[in-house]
Amino acid sequence: MSSFIKHIKESNQIVIIETDGYLNNEGGEAIAAICYEKIKGGQNKFLINMAGTKVVNSIGVSIIIEIIEKLQEVDGKIGYFNLAPIVSKTFNIMGLTKYSTVFANEEEAVGAL
Amino acid sequence: MKKPSVELKLPILPNMELIATQTSEVIARHMNLTEDQTGEISIALIEACINAFEHSKTDSNVFINFLIEEDSLIIKVIDQGTGFDKTKVEIPKIENKIGKDERKRGWGLQLIQELMDSVEFESNSDGTTVTMKKNIKK
Repeated sequence: MSSFIKHIKESNQIVIIETDGYLNNEGGEAIAAICYEKIKGGQNKFLINMAGTKVVNSIGVSIIIEIIEKLQEVDGKIGYFNLAPIVSKTFNIMGLTKYSTVFANEEEAVGAL
Repeated sequence: MKKPSVELKLPILPNMELIATQTSEVIARHMNLTEDQTGEISIALIEACINAFEHSKTDSNVFINFLIEEDSLIIKVIDQGTGFDKTKVEIPKIENKIGKDERKRGWGLQLIQELMDSVEFESNSDGTTVTMKKNIKK
């Protein structure tokens, strides 16, 4: 598993992926690999804990757009929590918040997704 | 008095853009910029570097100049690539990318323009210079 993925767990049938470091193309692909594997296994709700990711680039975030697209095919959802303000702003500029949700923390995210 | 400046020369290698952001963070601290401003500069710089790396020839370098002004930080990202025509770059919209056979990438210029206070592009067949400015809010 990529060092970008710090931890994976499940709660209320939601897969929660904790990241660590720079969300670039490799980081995005690491998240996508987990999501696609779990989708094959029948899961369709995902949360990303980005407390350890203070910097992103548009290539890595574009891969999350691909995951959103894939989740639309299985009536799934993805959300994020513990985002640094600039990461949240980047997601907003790129429009991710129109198709997925940024939550303040894990409790709120698990309750709402 | 000569204005303080910092110059970087980056080889085109994976994640070299992070050297630029480490430098900009030190400069931002020196200039007492806010956390939001520092983050905005970092993301804009990452995107400008990635564009420069992608447009450059593999054996060339990307040059970054930071010019510390009293009321602003000016950053120039200079590549020796083949140049591009900004008028042909479409403004990306997620609605046009989701569920369609569109490439999901192509957000760099949009992010730079949204995150910085002003941006200028000079491009020809010898390379591209992106000049980005962040005003200091006191």
